Amino acid sequence: MKGRVAALALASPLALILLAFLLVPIGTIVVVSFFDYDSVRMFPAFVWTNYEELLLSPITWKTYLQTLWFAAVTWAICLAIGFTVAYFLAFHVHSALMQTVLFLICTIPFWTSNVIRMISWIPFLGRNGILNSALLSMGAIDRPLEFLLFSDFAVVLAYVHLYALFMVVPIFNSMVRIDRSLVEAARDAGASEWQVLRNVIIPLARPGIAIGSILVVAVVMGDFVTVRLMSGGQSASVGLMMVNAMSLLQYPAAAANAVVLLVVVLLMIAAMLRVVDIRKEL
Amino acid sequence: MAKGADIELVAVTKRYGAVTAVDGIALRIPAGTYCCLLGPSGCGKTSTLRMIAGHETVTEGDILLGAENITDLPPARRGTAMMFQSYALFPHLSCTDNVAFSLKMRGVPKAERRARAAEMLARVEMTAYADRLPAQLSGGQQQRVALARALITDPSVLLLDEPLSALDPFLRVRMREELKALQTRLGISFVHVTHSQDEAMALADLVVVMNHGRIEQAAPPREVFNHPASAFVARFIGGHNVIALAGGLPIPAPPGGARHVAVRADRMMLARPGAAELPLSGTVRSVEYLGATVAVGLAVEGLEPLSAVLPEAAFFADPVHPGEAVSLGWKPEDMHAIA
Repeated sequence: MKGRVAALALASPLALILLAFLLVPIGTIVVVSFFDYDSVRMFPAFVWTNYEELLLSPITWKTYLQTLWFAAVTWAICLAIGFTVAYFLAFHVHSALMQTVLFLICTIPFWTSNVIRMISWIPFLGRNGILNSALLSMGAIDRPLEFLLFSDFAVVLAYVHLYALFMVVPIFNSMVRIDRSLVEAARDAGASEWQVLRNVIIPLARPGIAIGSILVVAVVMGDFVTVRLMSGGQSASVGLMMVNAMSLLQYPAAAANAVVLLVVVLLMIAAMLRVVDIRKEL
Repeated sequence: MAKGADIELVAVTKRYGAVTAVDGIALRIPAGTYCCLLGPSGCGKTSTLRMIAGHETVTEGDILLGAENITDLPPARRGTAMMFQSYALFPHLSCTDNVAFSLKMRGVPKAERRARAAEMLARVEMTAYADRLPAQLSGGQQQRVALARALITDPSVLLLDEPLSALDPFLRVRMREELKALQTRLGISFVHVTHSQDEAMALADLVVVMNHGRIEQAAPPREVFNHPASAFVARFIGGHNVIALAGGLPIPAPPGGARHVAVRADRMMLARPGAAELPLSGTVRSVEYLGATVAVGLAVEGLEPLSAVLPEAAFFADPVHPGEAVSLGWKPEDMHAIA
């Protein structure tokens, strides 16, 4: 009995934090999503109109598809970069010191805020920016490339820049745990480098790939700042929809959208966890 | 099974930067030999094994298998197979897929490779566990799967890197028997790295004692035990007293001007002072009852600690106790001169 009390006491701080900062806010959002509102305030009520308006609007569907598309493209590029960087760090850098140094270099972008990191792309990619001027003066192009800034390209570029490290870290973490003798055993059995990668390293790095994927997909699905800044208002995202609704004081509509987004993201994560068991990694 | 072939190391050297791990060793292991590379850690035995396997490049010298120079061939094209320390089974693959791995790499169709893996698992009596993951097996079972995986390539030499060190003592003795039986049945050479002299004595047809990157002695176990070639060998294989012949000891010097003599601990003679004509006198340091025998630790002034192993009955006929004075000696024919 005493052990039980002690266990509950030990678990209570985390339980309280999760309750106060996770469950209560989410509960509030769910409750508010059923409220009614007019142009200046909202009223406690239980109406389905917020969900009806949301789900019956073609704009919602278009925006969700756009956001999913951003998430998918960003995920694929981050995975390619993250896996390659992690593989290099884990298997081709042999000294632990060098691994740490290179790893820290990867984190340098994170020493500034992500808004600054995004804004710094603007003078680089703009119509009269550094890249266009350089290409023009080299004679590689004869007029500025328009797609570089305020475009889907710019949005995805910023996402990859911001979040590729989220993929590197967990994959690297999985890879350094792979026993080197497994790689030797595979070579002993006649595996080529490529076969070692496919048959040993990728399967054993799967938990890291899953965790990195969850991180990247979750942040991209919820993002609005990057889309607003880098698309110049030409693309939308689900997060941006909610921000717009809130700026019009339509909190219940934003709350309903938040609930739908939460469900969508949870379903995506559930799907990923069905494919990969990450428990042994935690 | 593939036919056996002799392994020959010719002046094989391995350097890591300025450090010489293996220093120009020459060794011939006849086909069908159970060979143990024995030595303390850092003696170069594992580097030697890994060079034979092709997981370590050879700095200088050549390695021949049969008539072929395999020095620069990749691991899988040498006709060797390696069983790794702690087995290195693929944790994400079932026993069957682990055993079938090398066949998969060679592009053997799934049905055929599964059938051959099943046959191999049957040979090591692991059929019942074919669908389990390595984490669901005991140490001994993992070892059998690792053996099956190594043997499915039909190697003419199996290389084993400390294969028994991951097992508890009881299992170690049982798997040791299994290894020996398997080697006898297959008729191929096993090269087994170990730091345990018991293991080497029990298994080997040829014991190769290594120290500081060199071979101290390569001989059958009985010869190593009865005629250790150096003080190091005598000390490392145990059961010997190594006595430095530094002036004034009342023992007859062996011919040839050797500086050490080795005497097997079980050939030491012990008596009460004055009871027999024994040349040395000393004090009992310790008495250890070992069942069939009793080990008596002895201190003799001017010599490193000695030990005498007496049959149980002989010891208890007149037991000595720590602190008591004794006289000791040995028959001249039991004394063996070493460099």
